[in-house]
Amino acid sequence: MAPLADDVSAYLARRARWSPLEIAFWVFVFATIWLFPGKYLIMKDTAILALFALSLDLILGYAGIISLGQAAFFGLAGYFSGLVAQYGVINEPVIALICAGLAAAALGFVTSFLVLRGSDLTRLMVTLGVSLMLGELANRFSNITGGADGMQGISVGPALGLFRFDIYGHNGYIYCLVVLFICFFIARRIVYSPFGLSLRSVKGNSLRASAIGIPVNRRLVAIYTVSAGFAGIAGGLLTQTTAFCSLDVFSLDRSADLLLVLIIGGTGYLYGGLIGAVIYKFLQDWLASLTPQYWQFWIGLVLVVIVLIGRERVEEWTAALRASISRLGGRFMTRPAAAGGAAPDGR
Amino acid sequence: MPILETIGLEKRFGGIVAAHDVSLSIEKGARHALIGPNGAGKTTVINLLTGVLKPTAGSIILGGKDITAVAPYRRVRLGMARTFQINQLFLDLTPLETIGLAVSERLGLGSDWWRLVGGKSAVTSEIVEILDTFRLGDVMHERTAILPYGKQRLLEIALAIACRPQVLLLDEPAAGVPDAERQELLATIAELPAEVTVLLIEHDMDLVFSFADRISVLVNGGMLVDGAPEDVARDPRVKAVYLGEDLDA
Repeated sequence: MAPLADDVSAYLARRARWSPLEIAFWVFVFATIWLFPGKYLIMKDTAILALFALSLDLILGYAGIISLGQAAFFGLAGYFSGLVAQYGVINEPVIALICAGLAAAALGFVTSFLVLRGSDLTRLMVTLGVSLMLGELANRFSNITGGADGMQGISVGPALGLFRFDIYGHNGYIYCLVVLFICFFIARRIVYSPFGLSLRSVKGNSLRASAIGIPVNRRLVAIYTVSAGFAGIAGGLLTQTTAFCSLDVFSLDRSADLLLVLIIGGTGYLYGGLIGAVIYKFLQDWLASLTPQYWQFWIGLVLVVIVLIGRERVEEWTAALRASISRLGGRFMTRPAAAGGAAPDGR
Repeated sequence: MPILETIGLEKRFGGIVAAHDVSLSIEKGARHALIGPNGAGKTTVINLLTGVLKPTAGSIILGGKDITAVAPYRRVRLGMARTFQINQLFLDLTPLETIGLAVSERLGLGSDWWRLVGGKSAVTSEIVEILDTFRLGDVMHERTAILPYGKQRLLEIALAIACRPQVLLLDEPAAGVPDAERQELLATIAELPAEVTVLLIEHDMDLVFSFADRISVLVNGGMLVDGAPEDVARDPRVKAVYLGEDLDA
């Protein structure tokens, strides 16, 4: 009994600990500020895409809700932050960003009840429909949104009243990274909490989840709302750091790109969206410089190849590498009774 | 006062009557078995009790409270848990995570999104107790999907017990378990806490007669006999049903 108790509490304590690999990942992410000073624009876009993909991973990877409509929240918050800055309602970007996220979360809460119904296909269509409607509304009310020309010349005040967004994108990039990290940190707390565990149970078997007393629909509404808020923050970041917002924020491409990012990076371990976003953005950048007209062809080909090979096989190939990295990490950090233990996320 | 009672429970699917006038009365701490041939409506009754199906007529009373219109997850919180005839487990979770989930949920931590699982010592000690009781300690880090069938069956029951039910509904707990693992399972069922009321649904007559102190026989959606095991065993109508004179065995 006693060794079992020790093992259980050691495991539960270890489960959510930051691994050396994760710490190294984030150290590298922040080191890019000094490592690649000429690449701020694409790195900033990557950070925004990563946050946006993280929002989809929360519902797809943890709750099993597939969506083609994350752009609805991205776009709403994008226009929201543009409008509050233009009309001088909220001049401080951090507060404006939080409000934009809350506005997107409110929309997520309202539309979540549509998503509860139906199968995956229904969900794809319903979520897509919501973002199309919002895009059309933005187009219709062009006196407010600028219509097809977009909102131009939005003047965004300095973040926290101190850091002005410069034309080189230096402060903008740091701002995006800090926001990405904070959101990631919150998401990580969520997935390792009892609430996060209950989401995985709902995804795995909602019949049994309700048979052990879990209010399934309420949990799905909650995570959908949180996810919408994260997507909104990503949209707000884009508007604030580019001082521009156009109908493109609601486009189907934007939502579809997210699924591609998660196919590349994988779902259900939080880093999939981040890694996928980096690969996707740099692949896109590289291909676009090789063949400016036909880069989408090559992106498509890469995706087909990934799906045909299957991510499991890629994981097998890299298993040895990852094992040796975690052994290396193990020397710096003692991990009791790691042998035979399942991966923390149980994949 | 009975802990679980049904009054004139009826369920129709269109023109088909799956259950009619099912009146059960189960005393606290009882070991009650519900038996009957295939298609008699046993699973329908379980689904009505747990709220998966809504009854066409009749009512269900748990601990003196009418729960006929209460949502399934709330019935669990009011003290009724079930196991499934076909395993309904979380295949991607380990037994440790599965039990941790149920315990956290019951302690009302399920909507807590900031604290870690097991952040409270009460959760940890209860997880340990259940893993130990159900002999799942040695496989607690394995993914549920790869556990031997007998262990999965144990986890199926452990998960229901982790909800700390007053009434536990066991739907054919021994179904499909190979002989080698059967004894362990039966021993675990025999050792279930005495204060937990158990309603057992089972085909295996050895298990029924060794376990139950009261038996109800369901035939064609209706209650045929309800009584002590020896009375039920002697009843000519039950013999007729089980010897296949007018129904399949």
